[in-house]
Amino acid sequence: MPTETRKRILLNGDIDHHHASAMRQNIDAVLCEERPSALELDFSGVTFMDSSGIGLIMGRYRLLNSWGGKLIVTHIPPHIEKLMHLAGLGCLPIFEETVKEGMSYESNQ
Amino acid sequence: MKAINESRVLFPSLSANESFARAAVSAFALQCDPTLTELNDLRTAVSEAVTNCIVHAYRDCIGDILLYMRLFENGRMVIKVRDHGCGIADVEKAREPLMTTGGEERAGLGFSVMESFTDKMRVISHVGRGTTVILEKYIHGKNGNAQ
Repeated sequence: MPTETRKRILLNGDIDHHHASAMRQNIDAVLCEERPSALELDFSGVTFMDSSGIGLIMGRYRLLNSWGGKLIVTHIPPHIEKLMHLAGLGCLPIFEETVKEGMSYESNQ
Repeated sequence: MKAINESRVLFPSLSANESFARAAVSAFALQCDPTLTELNDLRTAVSEAVTNCIVHAYRDCIGDILLYMRLFENGRMVIKVRDHGCGIADVEKAREPLMTTGGEERAGLGFSVMESFTDKMRVISHVGRGTTVILEKYIHGKNGNAQ
């Protein structure tokens, strides 16, 4: 039985076309080496995002799906949440509500 | 109608200039005392337009991008992003959401974002000559007082 592993990556700075490529490579290096059952992308440190970030999220979502893994996005700043909903990401099961007593549950926002 | 204020910023289509373009439009918009949302909307729309120039207009080369910003009465900002790149053959098709010629990691949402985050967006393009994106947004400001 494979172990359930959750990997958290803290994202920092601007997620635009200029930065997306390096970010993607860094994330994928970790993903392909560790193949976690869940990847949490923590947006606490993100100062800006445009649709290049949407591409980044979708690419990681597809990659994780390829081995049945889950993508979770957390601590999304309000303006970036607006962009994500415009992009239709609200339909994906990638958002997480508050964590209580070590339990976590996902919901579609 | 004459602009109250304006600025032309010219820079090469290097991806490092995406954040510079965002900073330039932020700096210009400050005179309107924008809310954080208005500022973010402007920055995101301009970032999309400039990224299109870098990724598509000047795909295999470096060319100039003009960011032309004007402020009119009542807080109306008109921003033109102009390139002299390859141009778009079918603008209506290009404006369709998820439509991209940019490869796997491109979302194809640039025009959708620009349209949603501004009050008006126009695209004028000629194949082989270049593209101009015109973004219009009313900045009401923190106290709702447009200038």
